[in-house]
Amino acid sequence: MKKSLSTYLRQLEAESIHIMREAAAEFDKPVLLYSIGKDSSVLLHLALKAFYPSKPPFPLLHIDTTWKFREMIEFRDREAERLELDLRVHTNPQGLRDQISPITHGSALHTDIMKTQALKQALGEGRYDAAFGGARRDEEKSRAKERIYSFRNSSHNWDPKRQRPELWRLVNSHMAPGESMRVFPLSNWTELDVWTYIYLEDIPVVPLYFAKKRPVVERDGALIMVDDDRLPLNEGETPEMRMIRFRTLGCYPLTGAVESTASTVPEIIEEIVQSRSSERQGRVIDHDQSGSMEKKKQEGYF
Amino acid sequence: MTQLKVVGDEAETEAETRLLERLAAEEGRGLLRFLTCGSVDDGKSTLIGRLLVDSAQVYEDQLKGARRDGHGGADDIDFSLLVDGLQAEREQGITIDVAYRYFSTPRRKFIVADTPGHVQYTRNMATGASTCDFAVLLVDARNGVLSQTRRHACIVSLLGIKKIAVAVNKMDLIDYDEARFDEIADDFNSFAKPLGFEDVAFIPLSALKGDNVIAPSAHMQWYHGPTLMGHLETVQVGRAPKTQPFRFTVQWINRPHLDFRGYAGTVSSGAISVGDEVVIHPSGKAVHVARIVTGDGDLDMAEAGEAVTLVFAEEVDASRGDIIAKPDEDPSNADQIAAKLIWFDEEPMLPGRSYALKCGAQETTATISALKHKLNIDNLDHVAGKTLELNEVGACNISTGRPLTFDSYGQSPETGSFLLIDRLSNLTVAAGMIEFGLRRATNVKWQELSIDKGARSTLKGQKPCVLWFTGLSGSGKSTIANMMEKRLHAMGRHTYVLDGDNVRHGLNKDLGFSDADRVENIRRVAESARLFVDAGLIVMVSFISPFRSERRMARELFDEGEFLEIFVDTPLELCESRDPKGLYKKARAGLITNFTGIDSDYEMPENPDFDLSTRESTPEELSEKLLAELRSRGII
Repeated sequence: MKKSLSTYLRQLEAESIHIMREAAAEFDKPVLLYSIGKDSSVLLHLALKAFYPSKPPFPLLHIDTTWKFREMIEFRDREAERLELDLRVHTNPQGLRDQISPITHGSALHTDIMKTQALKQALGEGRYDAAFGGARRDEEKSRAKERIYSFRNSSHNWDPKRQRPELWRLVNSHMAPGESMRVFPLSNWTELDVWTYIYLEDIPVVPLYFAKKRPVVERDGALIMVDDDRLPLNEGETPEMRMIRFRTLGCYPLTGAVESTASTVPEIIEEIVQSRSSERQGRVIDHDQSGSMEKKKQEGYF
Repeated sequence: MTQLKVVGDEAETEAETRLLERLAAEEGRGLLRFLTCGSVDDGKSTLIGRLLVDSAQVYEDQLKGARRDGHGGADDIDFSLLVDGLQAEREQGITIDVAYRYFSTPRRKFIVADTPGHVQYTRNMATGASTCDFAVLLVDARNGVLSQTRRHACIVSLLGIKKIAVAVNKMDLIDYDEARFDEIADDFNSFAKPLGFEDVAFIPLSALKGDNVIAPSAHMQWYHGPTLMGHLETVQVGRAPKTQPFRFTVQWINRPHLDFRGYAGTVSSGAISVGDEVVIHPSGKAVHVARIVTGDGDLDMAEAGEAVTLVFAEEVDASRGDIIAKPDEDPSNADQIAAKLIWFDEEPMLPGRSYALKCGAQETTATISALKHKLNIDNLDHVAGKTLELNEVGACNISTGRPLTFDSYGQSPETGSFLLIDRLSNLTVAAGMIEFGLRRATNVKWQELSIDKGARSTLKGQKPCVLWFTGLSGSGKSTIANMMEKRLHAMGRHTYVLDGDNVRHGLNKDLGFSDADRVENIRRVAESARLFVDAGLIVMVSFISPFRSERRMARELFDEGEFLEIFVDTPLELCESRDPKGLYKKARAGLITNFTGIDSDYEMPENPDFDLSTRESTPEELSEKLLAELRSRGII
């Protein structure tokens, strides 16, 4: 049997390309927020198609918290080189000096300083007026309400009550200086769509998505991978090799793995179809308190 | 990365085969975009929660969330907690924004827009409806058809949705009473006849209990129609955009090097093949399609929905916003259009005010030249009105800064719809649906004259300009303007003063002091000032002109450097204590309404060309200062 995009995925692809072209035409200085995950891989793939034969008319920006999985960083640099892309990496220098870590400072503070604040710094320093992100509406309840063009005030805050209505395919790019837009071309994709597209288009993704024996410890019901020796082990904790994979990728001490034997994309797809838990379940930061994602977004989290 | 190519592992090949088989089986599966709407508490969120749970689209941890967040602690899942995304909504127990949900069955994929029921969120309902082909209108069986139900049916029809289902919910609470169900259906039909729906399906159900949602109900043997899901899976919707005239909007010019010039955009209707002759609008240039480029290689043809890049055989300049069509299928082109507007902003629509208009990839300025009538959204009756408030709908004539290329909304929503954007707040203030271009637009031609502004001002030996004095009543605008004219006149300059009070005795005597009339007042005086400047005069305009938008509109009528905004900066207390015409006293006593500074706003200039504070200086000193400025700018 031959691989070819289904009608529905072609439709989703065309809609996303339309959004990317619109934003590239309307904003002065867009940037693509590249988080190295599968959604970013798809976003990048779409950007390459949207502007072909030109290169995407914007750089890639990665916010490096210094706590990403090592394989993510390797993958990032390999991809940027292979595709000859303009990749910029930013880490919050103050956070680096203060040695902010998710382990000693907790996930909330770490996320705020190393992700939210770092992102604001990078967007401000680069004078970017629009940032593409790979967020999807099916990920989480507060995302389901977010616009394709999500307006942020000059402090990068999101106000869910003052979102601009988006009708038909029309989006409003008007802003005052200092304000910015987050643009979400994958808004209407689901997790299953993303994986099916990755499979049919042969899009490279970080190997951590595929099951393999990896050293993990179990904490509060989450499987945390011991990616380097910065993870202090509690008394009685010994890393054990288990067959695991990740459904979502972030900072390794904050990202729970799932036990799985799915080592190829078709197997991952099968697992999702049969699975009974959502992909963000492994994200420690979403569970700080109910409605926590919405709160983070208001503060400027992507 | 080669993980996809690894073969040899039995399990992988099997999974891959199964996946390809499933994808092939699903290939014919279409997509239905629909919205759910209805009155508050009719149970929309519960219904969607039920559709998601029963079609196995909700994960265990999300179900757990629906239990954990709940106030009740009952064993039942609170379906609405699955879908009411925002904290504020959960606290208030209502849906205030559109939420999009995704689910699929073996027969169809669905995107659901869950839209709010409250009156004040009508705009969000219109937003949800704009991308949908079908609507599910919920009615609470106990309450029947309410004004909200009627309103939502009207909005749905206004946005061009032709087929709907009326889901009569909470049948369990009326003992599955057939007679009551029939009564509601009759009631709805008699009201909805003028709305022009092609098909209305009535389905009795209970979202909470699951009756007739997915599985047929055991409690309603009298009902022989499909379940809601059954109907959603089979209803035929949509026009056939592929057989419609070809339309392609240029979004982005693709120019990687000198040898390639492509026009990137999406085919919004019809189809195009390599070799076809097309016409670029509005320039009217005819060209041939040489290539249809995509990231996956060139295509021979492209049809509605495809995002491609067109390359033409001929050297031609097209720009963003241009519309490509076939030779005998021209879109309309006009700078005056008739359109229906749905107003979205807290600030009411003001005829005469200048807004930004975005239609496809075209952007220009627009003013509403006339509100023909408002629509009573409960029954689509025509109602007289001067402005549109939040959530109101009206039929308007709109004049645009540049001519628009468009189709009527009924023919093609993609090329017949637009947004209005406030130019100061940058908010989207209205959605518009174009009905037709007004003939008038193409008939009024600009008369070319032989003697122009330059010739007239050269003869007078001066640079014409307008000195626009803005400030509160009693701030000293007229005093300073008058003094300036005397000084300029003595210097042999040709001048004219347009004074607010005087103009209101003649040209503007039909206008009052409402916000709408104030906007029109300024528009007329700005246009008059433009004629005088064109005649070569130095014009002094002395008008309160309280709104930033209109001062900006006035500025935009003039060339760079011709318009000087002068803020006569006198604090309200001082104006009130001067009260040269006794007006403040009357306003305070309630004898005059809409008085600027008292019960009507004055928006201070943010960047005036001159800021004249009258507290420390006399009018003579201020005039002297202004004259010096005019000299330094080379005006006199």
